[in-house]
Amino acid sequence: MAISKSEVEYIAKLARLKFTEEEIEAMAQELSKILDYVNKLNELDTENVEPTAHIVPIHNVFREDEVKPSMPREKVLMNAPFTEQGCFKVPKIIE
Amino acid sequence: MELYSLTVHELKELLHKREVSAQEVTKSYLERIKEVEPKIDALVTITEEFALERAKVADEMIKNGEAKDLTGIPVIIKDNISTEGIRTTCSSKMLENYIPPYNATVVERLLNEGVVILGKSNLDEFAMGSSTENSAFKTTKNPWDLSRVPGGSSGGSAAAVAADEAAFALGSDTGGSIRQPASLCGVVGMKPTYGLVSRYGLVAFASSLDQIGPFTKDVTDCAIVLNAIAGHDPMDSTSVKIEKPDYTSYLKEDIKGLRIGVAKEFFGAGIEEGVKETVEKAIKVFEDLGAEIIDISVPYVEYALPAYYIIASAEASSNLARYDGIRYGHIAKNYEDLVDMYMTSRSEGFGKEVKRRIMLGTYALSSGYYDAYYKKALKVRTLIKNDFERAFEKCDVIVGPTSPTVAFKIGERTNDPLAMYLADIYTVSVNIAGLPAISIPCGLSEGLPVGLQIIGKHFDEGRILNVAYAFEKAYKFDAKPQAIGGER
Repeated sequence: MAISKSEVEYIAKLARLKFTEEEIEAMAQELSKILDYVNKLNELDTENVEPTAHIVPIHNVFREDEVKPSMPREKVLMNAPFTEQGCFKVPKIIE
Repeated sequence: MELYSLTVHELKELLHKREVSAQEVTKSYLERIKEVEPKIDALVTITEEFALERAKVADEMIKNGEAKDLTGIPVIIKDNISTEGIRTTCSSKMLENYIPPYNATVVERLLNEGVVILGKSNLDEFAMGSSTENSAFKTTKNPWDLSRVPGGSSGGSAAAVAADEAAFALGSDTGGSIRQPASLCGVVGMKPTYGLVSRYGLVAFASSLDQIGPFTKDVTDCAIVLNAIAGHDPMDSTSVKIEKPDYTSYLKEDIKGLRIGVAKEFFGAGIEEGVKETVEKAIKVFEDLGAEIIDISVPYVEYALPAYYIIASAEASSNLARYDGIRYGHIAKNYEDLVDMYMTSRSEGFGKEVKRRIMLGTYALSSGYYDAYYKKALKVRTLIKNDFERAFEKCDVIVGPTSPTVAFKIGERTNDPLAMYLADIYTVSVNIAGLPAISIPCGLSEGLPVGLQIIGKHFDEGRILNVAYAFEKAYKFDAKPQAIGGER
């Protein structure tokens, strides 16, 4: 199964990635090759098999809703490239 | 004999008897790092000052009679495990300057034991790869042959332990990233059962598969480190509440009557003749020790690798969506608007393989393909899990090769992603099924180490350690990597 260049462009948009024309070409080829290999899974009849998302049985973990100290603001912000008045600064969204 | 060539338990004895100080041990390792690191390139960051500070703390603990198993023992931590105040890069341009504001639970536990952190080790970017060639900073070399890879993704941790740059190291294993490099570098590496060790502070790759584990010079050390890092953590809701045994109590030579399963699927196409012969000799050792060798079959294991690449990439595409250039990580200098800022930052920050997996995962999760790929892979996961459950009705552990080949040449597989993926063919099924497994050195082929993989039932690390220990006692692997030199 081949994946087209336009499909690569569409997936890149969903994944918030940018590629040059050559990279799109190469990505289409590489993904096609990987998907060909992955299609080996279709040899198996899994009609009546339940999917397993997590291997050990896990359950919701509850705790009392108590106020506890959280990470100090300056630590939360210490890796942010731009901050202002104790907040993360983002580019202008609304014109 | 230099201090840096000793095991954790040997160092522990000297430290507890106060025959050496933690500061002397630390200095010996720092010297060793200076000597061999230019050849090996195992480390992204060396924390010399912090190490000497920690060594003083350790000496104080020993003086006050508060010494624990790992007090004063020098360790190297894979650079995708968060260390407060110490740069944690995931070997990615994206996190080149990221300094975690908190410690991973495993790091916190080790620091409470009084360890000395020497540095952070190189990996394939975001742990995606099998050779460390995907690191944005450097390619780590195999201490046995500098023209070969150390394996990956925890290649820096494996090479560091093999080259005596640390007494032990931590790595993470999503599809073989501890066991495969351990195999290629001739050291012991364990991936514990999913949920045994907290993942809090491990930079997420594929959350349903990731697990932290130790690299050590022998099996005894593996048990000691596991004692320190295993156990429930309220900060990781997938960590399991179980009674934690003393893993060192399983270090016994007796394996008489133990049922050891050998599956033909782990000796399939692509295995090197030398690897096959070495592992077969190892199985003979178990027979001589009185274990019962049982032929088993795990037919669906053949489908583990394709299922893995869908599941792991799908989870990665979701986990790596957090890198938006706003809260931490790389941000582009020039962009047009918000969306373009995301796209440009991510495209500049991520390397080729990471982008490839994000693309594959996004595709597998996208509308119209979800059932065909992601759901299909999860169904195959059920089949693989059932396969192992059936096998473990007939045997107590399963043994086989960790990797189909010995260490391959640097550059040999970089242009063929599929060929690189095949390096994990014997290890991924274990992550898919959430099982524990160890890789221990079992001989040399063409002068390079061969790893023996021992797979156990869920939370049966004790039995794995018992089998590994019995083998280690019966078959002394005392070869040392010759490519680095120095007094050993």
